Amino acid sequence: MNKFGEKKDDDSESNSSELMLINLDKGQVIQEKRAFNETPVQPRKCSLVISQFLFLLARGDSFTPNEATDIFFAATKLFQSKDIPLRRLMYLLLKEFSTISKDAIIVISSLTKDVIHKIELYRANAIRILCKITDSSILPQLERYFKQAIVDKDPHVSSAALVSSIHLLKVSPEVVKRWANEVQESISNKSNMVQYHALALLHRIKQHDRLAVRKLVNSLIKNSVKSPYAQAYLIRCAVEVIEETHTEDRVYFEYIESCLRSKNEMVAYEAARSICSLKGATPKEITSAVGILQMFLCSTKSTLRFAAVRTLNKLAQTNPTAVIPCNLDMENLISDSNRSIATLAITTLLQVGNESNVDRLIKQIANFLGDINDEFKIVVVKAITNLSTKFPKKFRHLITFLNKILRDEGSLQLKQSTLDAILYVVNTIPDSKEIALSELCEFIEDCEFPDLSVQILNLLGQEGPLTNTPNKYIRYIYNRVLLDSGIIRAAAVTSIAKFGLLYEPMKEKIMILLKRCLLDEDDEVRDRATLYLSLFKEDNKRVLERVLIDDLPVPTQNLQRSLEAYLAQDDTTDPFDIGTVSTVLEQTQSPTISGKLSQTNQLGASSSPTNASTPGLSAAESVNQDLAKLAQIPQFATYGRVLKSTELVELTESESEYVVSCVKHIYKENIVFQFNCTNTLDEQRLDQVQVKMVPSNPKSMKNLGFMAIDQLKCNDPQSCYVSIGYNIQQAGYPIVSFTNTLKFKAVDVDPSTGEADDSGFDDQYPLERLEIVPSDFIQKTYTSNFKEEWEKLPDPPKPTCFQLLGVKTLKAATQEIISTLGMAPLDKTEQVPDKSQKHQILLSGKSIHTGTLIYAQARIKPDASGSNTDVALVVKSSDEDLIDFVYSAFI
Amino acid sequence: MGNLFSSVFFKLFGNKDVRILILGLDSAGKTTILYKLQCGEVLTTIPTIGFNVESITYKNIRFFLWDLGGQSAIRPYWRCYYPNTNAIIYVVDSSDPDRLGIANEELVAMLSEEELRNTPLLVFANKQDLPGCLTEAQVSEGLKLTSLKNRQWAIFKTSAIQGVGIYEGLDWLVNVISSGGG
Repeated sequence: MNKFGEKKDDDSESNSSELMLINLDKGQVIQEKRAFNETPVQPRKCSLVISQFLFLLARGDSFTPNEATDIFFAATKLFQSKDIPLRRLMYLLLKEFSTISKDAIIVISSLTKDVIHKIELYRANAIRILCKITDSSILPQLERYFKQAIVDKDPHVSSAALVSSIHLLKVSPEVVKRWANEVQESISNKSNMVQYHALALLHRIKQHDRLAVRKLVNSLIKNSVKSPYAQAYLIRCAVEVIEETHTEDRVYFEYIESCLRSKNEMVAYEAARSICSLKGATPKEITSAVGILQMFLCSTKSTLRFAAVRTLNKLAQTNPTAVIPCNLDMENLISDSNRSIATLAITTLLQVGNESNVDRLIKQIANFLGDINDEFKIVVVKAITNLSTKFPKKFRHLITFLNKILRDEGSLQLKQSTLDAILYVVNTIPDSKEIALSELCEFIEDCEFPDLSVQILNLLGQEGPLTNTPNKYIRYIYNRVLLDSGIIRAAAVTSIAKFGLLYEPMKEKIMILLKRCLLDEDDEVRDRATLYLSLFKEDNKRVLERVLIDDLPVPTQNLQRSLEAYLAQDDTTDPFDIGTVSTVLEQTQSPTISGKLSQTNQLGASSSPTNASTPGLSAAESVNQDLAKLAQIPQFATYGRVLKSTELVELTESESEYVVSCVKHIYKENIVFQFNCTNTLDEQRLDQVQVKMVPSNPKSMKNLGFMAIDQLKCNDPQSCYVSIGYNIQQAGYPIVSFTNTLKFKAVDVDPSTGEADDSGFDDQYPLERLEIVPSDFIQKTYTSNFKEEWEKLPDPPKPTCFQLLGVKTLKAATQEIISTLGMAPLDKTEQVPDKSQKHQILLSGKSIHTGTLIYAQARIKPDASGSNTDVALVVKSSDEDLIDFVYSAFI
Repeated sequence: MGNLFSSVFFKLFGNKDVRILILGLDSAGKTTILYKLQCGEVLTTIPTIGFNVESITYKNIRFFLWDLGGQSAIRPYWRCYYPNTNAIIYVVDSSDPDRLGIANEELVAMLSEEELRNTPLLVFANKQDLPGCLTEAQVSEGLKLTSLKNRQWAIFKTSAIQGVGIYEGLDWLVNVISSGGG
């Protein structure tokens, strides 16, 4: 071993040390730790081994507690060495391993000696390790060392002690708080670093006492802290005081403003950033802050440029006019070699751009598009999309620009975002339709992504017939039938048929085109053509409309599953009934991409919807599994089909012994509560597990039965069910909540053998309450014209007002209202703009029973105390019972 | 005689350092002995959580003295420090006859370790300054030292506070080590 170690040492001289580390093997280094045990210690050899360990840690290698303990204890042998460079490495190693190793307290005695050693390096390092290995029981014994180190003359020692104390605040805050006097003393330390750390610690010690923080900031503002780090921190503290106390005292603003003139860039930037983010900043203050940022935009340091443009970007979202003076400088940044800076500059410019310079800006961006990668292009595309809502008149430039991106080389993801953007523009600016359609026609001539072609063909079929010159599109579409693959040809045939339906003069020609498709080699194309042609011959407009225009009444995934189940059964003599397909899977996508959605609907589920809907899928899949399980339970077979399944609600803490969550399945006259239970105790098996539900209002519903779980083994989740009946006609909507208890017979099991003890005992476990809420009976719907629909319905007497207790922010209140009502937010009202003092939410949905539409308008604002939210809710629907039920959720 | 001895030693050991463990139950006086040897003074000590290590030079030999904490929670870690040990100093509180049995158990367990098979053992019957304490013979009997086989050992009565007996013991160690016993 010795020889081997020495050989390694020699290697380090011949090879570059970097080369040697790259292929380092953990096992080998662990072997070499034997060098630590040698007497006398060989500093060079040990230093090398420690470096290797540190490298392994930095590389991300992990050590088991046993390995770490071995290494840690071996390294403690090095305390006998007086070699300073080795000691320094040893401290580093001990510090890193102290949290993985067991029994790290073995070094406490040695460290407490080093904390008062005459060499500063020993003191500073020892204190940093002590901080890592002390717990609240040991800390009181070490207190005096910490206090002494905080006021140490050497800045490294003092800093180490202060930073360690910040960490120790989490371990035992009450002990650290006793050191406030020492910390206060070190704030006046000459070292920049110590001053900063002392301030940070003092601020954290007083964090929970607003008055104390305010006093601290007040005194430090006057005493002019010299350290730039501390100044930057003090600015943050001042911001905190302003935001938390809503103080009218300008002294804090004045201090921050004075920091703008600091020679130190960091301090000046921090001040500028703070002013930009503060609600109460005066226009004059913002102007001077922007002035500083403008200066930084021209800095040679890319970090400063980035910081400045990022802050301006944020400011532009709330206060675009304030940013305008920087426009010229930001335009120069468009060609910045750092692409992050360039992209931020562009998006900022687009945000503040006005009608007159938008053209020029777009042209400028187009020039350098070739230089940036797809990811940044997507950011640009998004910014351009936003522009379309701001400057609808500029659609021509926007469409041309987007089209250019669409045609250039690029990934599918980029092209999809671009196409989405075009669809959005077409949907929001009707004037843009013609130019967009003809550009897209050109594009599909040479499109390498079938997905996109299909979407575009669908859009052409939808919008083309309604334009002034439907004729010109047909040629492009029919070209696809001649030149492209099956899936695109099928989409083209459908698109052509739509022209025949929606634009009467072309009907004859369309029938000729369809006839030509009858001999296509692809089944789907032939089928579609045959269907459409025969319908045209019959002149059956009603069915044509249903086939071509209307979306399917049920989600395609559900239809597919039902069809598969239908085909799987032996007896298919009864025709398939689409009425049995569940409508549970809600389409929550926004209507802007409706073109894409209806495309997936028409093609059946053969092409699954792309990126936009993927987040919903996993949840939908679990719902599907639940439904599949339910369908197998004969007791529930008579209930009909599931109208809606709610989201999963946790009824226990996720780390409790028994984890229970609930899904409500709503049927026409029944509700089935599905309780997913997990037993996390490996020494127990639960038999006859069921949930006992006690309703708050027993009259409104009858309990129909339950299904228990026979045996619930550890970590093998199973479901038990409770079913109740309700009748809206007779008893109205069930306004009720339930107190729930998990009941079971606990049987002890030997975890090692899995053998069960014969005798069990009855036990129970309390669960969270459950409520029936409006969202259980309402399905989200989207309407493009809320206002019109709203006006149509009769006005209710007056809004119902109530308070959401303990809901502090408008965002949280919005979330709560949307989730309780289960309706779809419209016109992006689910997003609360920053800093707004009040907000209005528009919602629409429909009853899962009758399909009756229901709309809601909620105005919210924080109440005077700031800890609750006032809500004024108006609900409109032709179904009075449903309205009452919705109100009942809050009152 | 001293000069003659040290010259012999140099021939045998050259620059080799000597590594010695100071073990024993808690509050036997290990840390006090360590610092009495290192700086010649009696320091106020607190129970050692972990260990202290100091080097002293005596008769031209550099000793690395490892004083390991004696609390029952720390005793299991002693074994981590057994490898490459040249000698053990086992300190016993002579004024505490009740725990002599435990001291013996710990000693037996320690000496049965393979890594300490031939290591010489020096026992300090400490706290001889206290009235009514056991004599070195009684301590030796309590520890059953006479039953030790194949091991060089010696027992000295010491008082760390008065500085009595420690150097005598160290002299014995120097002798044993320089004659090749370590």
